[in-house]
Amino acid sequence: MVGIVAYGAYVPRLRLNRQAVYDANKWFAAGLRGLAKGERSMANWDEDSITMAVEASRDCLTSHKAEDVRNIYFASTTHPFKDRQNAGVIGTALNIEQNLLASDVAGSLKAGTSALIAGLNASKSGDATLVAAADKRMARVASAHELNYGDGAAALLCGTENVIAKLVGHHSVSMDFVDHFRGEDAEFDYGWEERWIRDEGYSKIVPPAIKAALTACKLKGSDVTHFIMPSPMPAVPKQMAKACGVAEGAVRDLLGANLGDTGSAHALVMLVDALETAKEGDKIMVVAFGQGVDVLVFEVTAENAKLPKRKGLSGWLARRKEEKNYMKFLAFNEMLPIDKGMRAEFDKKTALSVLWRKRDMIYGLVGGKCKVCGTVQFPRSQVCVNPNCHAIDSQDPYAMAGLEANVMSFTADSLTYSPDPPAYYGMITFPEGGRFMADFTDSDKEQVKVGAKMRMTFRIRDNDTMRGGFKRYFWKAAPV
Amino acid sequence: MARGIKDKVAILGMGCSKFGERWDSGAEELMLEAYKEAIADAGIDAKQLNAAWFSTAIDEVHVGKSGIPLSTTLRLPNIPVTHVENMCASGTEAFRGACYAVASGAADFALALGVEKLKDTGYGGLPGGRGGPLQALWSANGTAPGNFAQLATAYMTAHGVSAEDLKKAIGHVSWKSHQNGAKNPKAHLQKAVEMDTILNAPMIASPLGLFDCCGVSDGAAAAIVTTPEIAKALGKANIVSVKALQLSVSNGSESGHNSWDGSYFHTTRIASKKAYEEAGIKDPRAEVSMFEVHDCFSVTELVTMEDLHISQPGKGWKDVLDGFYDADGKIPCQIDGGLKCFGHPIGASGLRMLYEMYLQFQGRAGARQLKDPRIGMTHNLGGAPRENVSSVAIVGRFE
Repeated sequence: MVGIVAYGAYVPRLRLNRQAVYDANKWFAAGLRGLAKGERSMANWDEDSITMAVEASRDCLTSHKAEDVRNIYFASTTHPFKDRQNAGVIGTALNIEQNLLASDVAGSLKAGTSALIAGLNASKSGDATLVAAADKRMARVASAHELNYGDGAAALLCGTENVIAKLVGHHSVSMDFVDHFRGEDAEFDYGWEERWIRDEGYSKIVPPAIKAALTACKLKGSDVTHFIMPSPMPAVPKQMAKACGVAEGAVRDLLGANLGDTGSAHALVMLVDALETAKEGDKIMVVAFGQGVDVLVFEVTAENAKLPKRKGLSGWLARRKEEKNYMKFLAFNEMLPIDKGMRAEFDKKTALSVLWRKRDMIYGLVGGKCKVCGTVQFPRSQVCVNPNCHAIDSQDPYAMAGLEANVMSFTADSLTYSPDPPAYYGMITFPEGGRFMADFTDSDKEQVKVGAKMRMTFRIRDNDTMRGGFKRYFWKAAPV
Repeated sequence: MARGIKDKVAILGMGCSKFGERWDSGAEELMLEAYKEAIADAGIDAKQLNAAWFSTAIDEVHVGKSGIPLSTTLRLPNIPVTHVENMCASGTEAFRGACYAVASGAADFALALGVEKLKDTGYGGLPGGRGGPLQALWSANGTAPGNFAQLATAYMTAHGVSAEDLKKAIGHVSWKSHQNGAKNPKAHLQKAVEMDTILNAPMIASPLGLFDCCGVSDGAAAAIVTTPEIAKALGKANIVSVKALQLSVSNGSESGHNSWDGSYFHTTRIASKKAYEEAGIKDPRAEVSMFEVHDCFSVTELVTMEDLHISQPGKGWKDVLDGFYDADGKIPCQIDGGLKCFGHPIGASGLRMLYEMYLQFQGRAGARQLKDPRIGMTHNLGGAPRENVSSVAIVGRFE
């Protein structure tokens, strides 16, 4: 039996208030009033699809060992790198490199489901396969996309043991129906008229694909308990369900009110949402549209109830901070030529040779543990840091990303350049041993205190815009 | 403990440029300004110099590498010139090199000159981004105020001092330095400031406000050293001799081992203890007449006075508020205005501190002159509380 064995999700902490966006733009786009409800997730300045996928993957692997993963598929339409394995960065951050096939899946809003189909097929042999999907899509100022899009990620571990949702079947069609596109040089999507997309696209392409999938699975539409289908037009999923005999009550909420559409990740985000409460025997149909259709059907097993607790989508959604400052959203997304000052000009060139030598330290947050005195330390060094030891070449690698840390000292610095001043940073100590001066993220004055508990999170440290945007990733401390 | 160099080296002459935003001068002009005063004060000819030590900390924004900038600027007679860099302790490091040369007999006359020209960067504060390719990948993107602000957070935590009490105490540290700086014609900042202004200044890195931070200054300072015997033979009176020079450098235990709580300078405790031993000082609180310590930030000075074993651990803030370190207090600290007001051209700072000591011993400190000082102590702290170079010098009357 092949299927999903674990799930995880990630949603950035900030939630942009849509009314605030509308209030800023209504002089120009009064027609957006109907969308000025609720909130959308908003990536912090130091988050992108890689960092969100890493977090979702960590959430997913709460119950499983990362080193058992043999394949990683990373779906996105906003991979930070065109040429550099984005999925490989996730692997290194999870401290898996050997015996790993990493692959990026892109180019369509159904990249998430296509990666999931590939992942399920790859894991039939028993190889644990991690499928991560994340998107952080840009949208033009005063556009509907700006209000509808959200930033987020999902991760699913596929395998054959302790399956929580068995793959019943899948069906795909691929056709070059261009409802929207984003060319190589474009930052934003360009789309055709919605009514045409609905009538000639969804209505003619989706129902036959669903019916073919149902036939292959020997199921009727009415057997579907959860019908998952992202769409920028909220009425469309209901229409598609109805056309295929799926009960209206089975159609899952699009999570528009408090998250937004997370692009190629959204079908998987909605699947995680469904799995969090699904019961044994539930049939879940996942449909993703984008130059064709992917349809997957799962049956939830008794194992789902036994899956160890994780944050999941609901947990990350519950961790939220409202953001009413639309200017900040624009600045975080480099849509505002803000005066960053000369301190933002310091060269961020990365010595790639150093990054390679120290990749376990930088991307995996791997420190050292002295075999002689047992002291945990970061970074791992040749001479033990313990003043009463100083043993040479005595340290084994020691992974610290999963450890909780405490704030020993901190400051809120208004002098250093930060896209979100003041910059919070401080000395964090790990109860197991080890400490370092860490940047903090997702932090507020009220939360950062001496003794506060912090969780390590994988983030963008710097963006080398002088060289086409090489992003430096490292771990930061965020309040638990 | 080694034998040490107590009374083996005398200061023959010193010079110090006006500190400040010296838009009129480059590093070269500042170097010459300090040197001219020092060589005239020493009363020797440049040709008599046997060796020189040249200190800077951020030379990439002014003179560049090597001993050549000093040799060329002063047209030195092709003698050895060693360029030293040890962050904010660089000036004392140059002095140490020159003193050791004289103490060893390798030189009869040695020059130590430090300079920093920082106001050609186009922005306030120190230039950033000098940590090398690995540090750039992981260590927090911090600044000097941000690093030293954490000393304040940790100090409050370690000793249960309230934020209000600490703010008042560190405010007093800066208030006192402004009072002193107002009497120093070479100081960068020569204006006394009200306590209210200090306490209500904008935050730079919490809890440090604008007046808790020393500024960025241009300047140079120089010393010419010889042996006390040669100084006497040259007819010098009121000879000032070196009693101790110590340096302690972090080895990573504070930044990497959980035994340090962030509330004190591990290195300063070690360097000062060794210096007292070298100088033969048993009770520093009773024996030292004056201090020039590294008040890069107000809280640095407060904590340093504990680590120099003058104030009790956790009680320094009370001594400060009691006026113990004021100009009219038991042991005046920063009588020349300190880094806070005299200024902090990094490579020159250690030598600037010695310059004030030298003037005080010679009775040439003008409106700031203290009554009969016997022993003076200077201290520099380069780096951050978690990882630093701490240097200590003790000088006094040669008796």
